[in-house]
Amino acid sequence: MKTTPPQHLAADVLVIGSGGAGMYAAIEAARRGRSVILADRSLIGRGGATVMAQMTVAVALEEGGLDRPEHHYADTLAAGRGLCDQAIARLLCEEGPARIREMDAWGVGWARENGAYKRAFAPGHDRPRCVYVDFLNTGPAVSKTLRAQLNRIPAIRRVGDLLVTALALGDGECVGAGALHLSSGQPVSIAAGATVLATGGLTRMYRRNSASANMMGDGYALALGAGAELIDMEFVQFFPIGHLAPRLVGMDPIMWDPFRYKLGGRLLNGRREEFIHRYGSRDEGRYVVTRDVATYAIVKEVAAGRGSPHGGAYLSFEHCSEAELRVAGGPVIDRLAANGIDLTRQAIEVAPIAHYHMGGVRVDARMATRVPGLYAAGEAVGGANGANRLSGNAITEALVFGRVAGESAAGHARRTVARADAAVFSREKGRLMEGRAPSDFNPAAMVEQLQTTMQDDVGPFRTRAGLERALGQLRALRAALPSLKPAAGKAYDAALADWLDLDTMTRVGECVAAAALARTESRGAHQREDFPGMDPQWSLNQAIALERGALQIEPRAVPA
Amino acid sequence: MSASATLVIRRGAPGEAPREQTWEVPFEPGQSVLDALRWIRARHDATLAIRYSCTNANTCKECMVRIDGKTAYACTARLREGKMRIEPLPNKSLVRDLVTEIAPPDERLAP
Repeated sequence: MKTTPPQHLAADVLVIGSGGAGMYAAIEAARRGRSVILADRSLIGRGGATVMAQMTVAVALEEGGLDRPEHHYADTLAAGRGLCDQAIARLLCEEGPARIREMDAWGVGWARENGAYKRAFAPGHDRPRCVYVDFLNTGPAVSKTLRAQLNRIPAIRRVGDLLVTALALGDGECVGAGALHLSSGQPVSIAAGATVLATGGLTRMYRRNSASANMMGDGYALALGAGAELIDMEFVQFFPIGHLAPRLVGMDPIMWDPFRYKLGGRLLNGRREEFIHRYGSRDEGRYVVTRDVATYAIVKEVAAGRGSPHGGAYLSFEHCSEAELRVAGGPVIDRLAANGIDLTRQAIEVAPIAHYHMGGVRVDARMATRVPGLYAAGEAVGGANGANRLSGNAITEALVFGRVAGESAAGHARRTVARADAAVFSREKGRLMEGRAPSDFNPAAMVEQLQTTMQDDVGPFRTRAGLERALGQLRALRAALPSLKPAAGKAYDAALADWLDLDTMTRVGECVAAAALARTESRGAHQREDFPGMDPQWSLNQAIALERGALQIEPRAVPA
Repeated sequence: MSASATLVIRRGAPGEAPREQTWEVPFEPGQSVLDALRWIRARHDATLAIRYSCTNANTCKECMVRIDGKTAYACTARLREGKMRIEPLPNKSLVRDLVTEIAPPDERLAP
């Protein structure tokens, strides 16, 4: 028998998104005595980016006198090309060790040698700094560990298949959210004293991406709609060596990173020549080239007609012995063999792939937005990584920002006396139920069209003409949406879910393209063909807000 | 004529008579069944319901379905030339098409 789900939920703290940041926020809010609803549009702790992480977690552990947080901080600022929000970047580096140790106490299983943490060297770091879980298992181990903690806390109610579609405001404060329960098709309202956006980034908006299907900027659109600001939206990190060919199944496209950390490997163009040195870095068998430079170099080689057959570069481990490969890859070597790949005999092809978004919701070092009661955590936060993220900072920020957001939200929820009543949510319920019967339009095709637009014109290389073309296409897609909306009410309505995603993606895509068009220089992950090189006058962040339905972009001095 | 795979997919929601729908999908060696299902959604019918998150990494474990009578992940099952039968999991309650209720009971809105 089908039970009708409750239409209204309430808790002290609502956390939206159950990746690493959301799970940590929920745990922290509960530790501070608050009741929590942890909502996710997919299953709890399965979607998002955390579970996909292959290897490195950057953290300055002081054991053996090897490192200190200020060294990690200096590398983070250098990678960010002058745009990092220093207070948030400092928080990441200073609190990182405590979170990594807490995860260790919870049994995550960081790789060790003779009792000491193994620390990998990653590009952009001044020393070996990255802990990990073998083999290529960092993300699954982190997710599993946090899930085990969550499950022990009765004050946290976990709800999957719940897609939050709007934040609810009362007297200018965030008082919860409206959502669509995907598996029943019914609108749901959630009253909360404080709300944490932990929805991750936006990389699914690109045709070639390493994201979960549920990462397309949900939190950014929600934040804008509630009156919060976004920052640094133009900075999308492309992971330079995403797997391209031959076709692999059951493997994440960023899987080659751990092999490079351990074995170096050689990056070669279609003529099997080394080429990174032509672009101001080096890659002579050691993995030192940063992500922005490697992405630039590969795309330039392809444009010059020197790409690999599928339009990327070769990555070769042919000089490594079978034994070396086995030590580095463990059982992954068998999974490669099942896909017909023998690394001692063949180079694989790699190409840049949308991987991470530096921009996001503008918060202070308490993870508070400018809307009272609204917080953000993890990749959804902008500012910590400036124009380019240092390898390994993503999981660290998920854990640190998650904990801090949970603490802040718990504090706010205690102070909040007034709770929203159901009337606050009625507008969003009405919007979801509005619409028409299914028709012959195909929102899944429109999603692919949008991904192509973003990849081609708002990708690793940008021009004024391309960005203007993209803005035109995104706005046209957005204008077509209202008349096509399917009405909610049907169990697992995939077309409605795509329509809601398009509503989000056209809005967020416009933010990325408009910020990229305004930034007339090249810096970090933002490369303009028509404005090469960094311009010191552009040592500024760009903040975006929604004013009477239109996006407003405003340059801001980088917070000291 | 180029190679193709034929997917016979069981569709429907609780309370509806189950129906089968057949699509021809271009076949390229190395593709997964999930690639083909996503192709069908974007080319023919976006209402085809399937659950997945990570798309290719086999980490989210959400895309479990029945393929030719055996339980498998759509993201790691290889597409084959010829006919393949895709059905929802038989031992989980049906939500729609290939989507079943696979979340632990205490992670559902209405347990």
